[in-house]
Amino acid sequence: MKIAVCIKQVPEGDAHLKIDADGISIADADLATEINESDQYALEAGLRLVESQGGEVVVVCLGRDRADEAIRRALAMGAERAIHLNDPAFQGGDAAATARALTAAIERENVDLILTGLQSDDAGWAQTGPILAARLGWPSATLIMEIEPEGDTIKVKRELEAGWFQWLRLPLPALLTIQSGISTVRYATLKGIMGAKKKEITKVTPVDIGLAPDEVGAAGRKTRTTRLYVPEKTKGAEIIEGDAATAVATLVEKLQKEAKVL
Amino acid sequence: MAGAIWAVTESGDDGLKSISFEVIACGQALAEALGSPLEAVVMAADGSAAAEALAAKRVEAVRVIEDAALAPYTPDAYTAALVEAIKAEAPSLVLFPHSYQSRDWVPRLAAEVDAGFISDVVAHHIDGDDTVFVRQPYQGKLNSDCVFAGDGINIVSLQSGAYLADDAAAGDGAAEIVKQPVNLAAASRTEVLETFQEVENKVDLSRAEVIVAVGRGIGKQEKLPVVEELAEALGAQLAASRPVCDNEWLPIDRQIGSSGQTVTPKLYIAVGISGAIQHLVGMKNSGTIVAINKDANAPVFSVSDYGIVGDLFDIVPELTNQIREAKGTG
Repeated sequence: MKIAVCIKQVPEGDAHLKIDADGISIADADLATEINESDQYALEAGLRLVESQGGEVVVVCLGRDRADEAIRRALAMGAERAIHLNDPAFQGGDAAATARALTAAIERENVDLILTGLQSDDAGWAQTGPILAARLGWPSATLIMEIEPEGDTIKVKRELEAGWFQWLRLPLPALLTIQSGISTVRYATLKGIMGAKKKEITKVTPVDIGLAPDEVGAAGRKTRTTRLYVPEKTKGAEIIEGDAATAVATLVEKLQKEAKVL
Repeated sequence: MAGAIWAVTESGDDGLKSISFEVIACGQALAEALGSPLEAVVMAADGSAAAEALAAKRVEAVRVIEDAALAPYTPDAYTAALVEAIKAEAPSLVLFPHSYQSRDWVPRLAAEVDAGFISDVVAHHIDGDDTVFVRQPYQGKLNSDCVFAGDGINIVSLQSGAYLADDAAAGDGAAEIVKQPVNLAAASRTEVLETFQEVENKVDLSRAEVIVAVGRGIGKQEKLPVVEELAEALGAQLAASRPVCDNEWLPIDRQIGSSGQTVTPKLYIAVGISGAIQHLVGMKNSGTIVAINKDANAPVFSVSDYGIVGDLFDIVPELTNQIREAKGTG
């Protein structure tokens, strides 16, 4: 089974996020990064499938030079080789532009299965995987918790809302987006880290994968972020006064109308 | 804006899901601001009840896409159905709930009709010629303003709870119900084998949308039903600070903080928790934090959005009752 796993490098979960001078991105000097959490689980799922079925995992990553760190870690965990979509033209894309680039890179690889995380911890669109499948004309399923290979088909357990689940069967080739926590993500061993240094990372530009630079990245996007900012948050809690019934009534109203969480 | 705004609703086994009215509420606000007609869309094997409920709202029309292939849900059938409807009617803006189901197929739809797609939106405002949609990237730590780059068809999905179902205004009379014909002869590639509910075993709090956490202030194990009832009323997971688990009043897999789980629910209610830093690191990135504590100087208030200072045994039962009333289960 040949599997492509798409990974994204994102800021570490507890990294201090400083908005860049451009007002639309995070300043990346000294920014601690990691492989997007659900992508780590996608990678783990891919590696386990290859261990039981044979084949190889190819890591695909769109990112700048510094994404090399995330790619090396994926190789150290056990991926065979990597494709790094690394060119200024790829930057600034939305999910549609990124999915177009990933499609072109994976199309020529002849894989049976594509795995991605369910969404990125930074942009959080939750779009790239299914768009990639649609562009390839493949079936897809999202929020997958378990995978059982069956030859030409695959049986998967999908998480639904409110504690419900579903077993589905899809023909291969297919794309799955993986939910975090479906298994324990392995650590890279020292041997793996040493071995990763010798593994092949193919750096590609838009032209290398048959795309014009204006089809991807900022030029190829259909949505645009105009501003990134810290949401207004009052310093410390707003203390709600009154007897229990009055204070609670005010609180419930604020949770409904202001915070919009009820 | 040229074409209509579509509010695509979601139906399940029990008919129209309530989140559908949140999409109607947003659609009504956008329709008014942009001067475009709003149409509700039903997709179901049998959509007659849903159509009637939606026709009572202030919409120009209710479009019903009915086909046996739409139940059970599969991404192929839903995508094919709406691609066909969109190509026939050419709406300019199509709204969806950002549900688990829509996340499964709406990105495919966006690719098929070559639409711009802004997902998981929490608010919107009009800025000159632009309709600006607000998102919460970086796991809700930051906000971003997004606009569409092109004039073609555009798609927006709305975070659950961002718009209020109650704000979906009723219309003057019943809106027209229009059957939208589709041909779903091409079978879905996905085969639905079994849909089931799993018994809860090990608790994973990291995915809970609402958490009620209890601390030392509860006093003793026998008092736990006070917070359990609040959690139940909210459909929340019950969690605890370390002292509660150390005392074995609740199992360790419900512990929040540096030695327990780290959580970022949309709503976190801390009851009787003073807020040691070891606890705060596990919950401070939650969306909205409410603290109920008798000590006005408790550090938990410094990371909270709302606080009530007082006896939790007065406040929590009152909150449980009012939540039940607000949710219509009282």
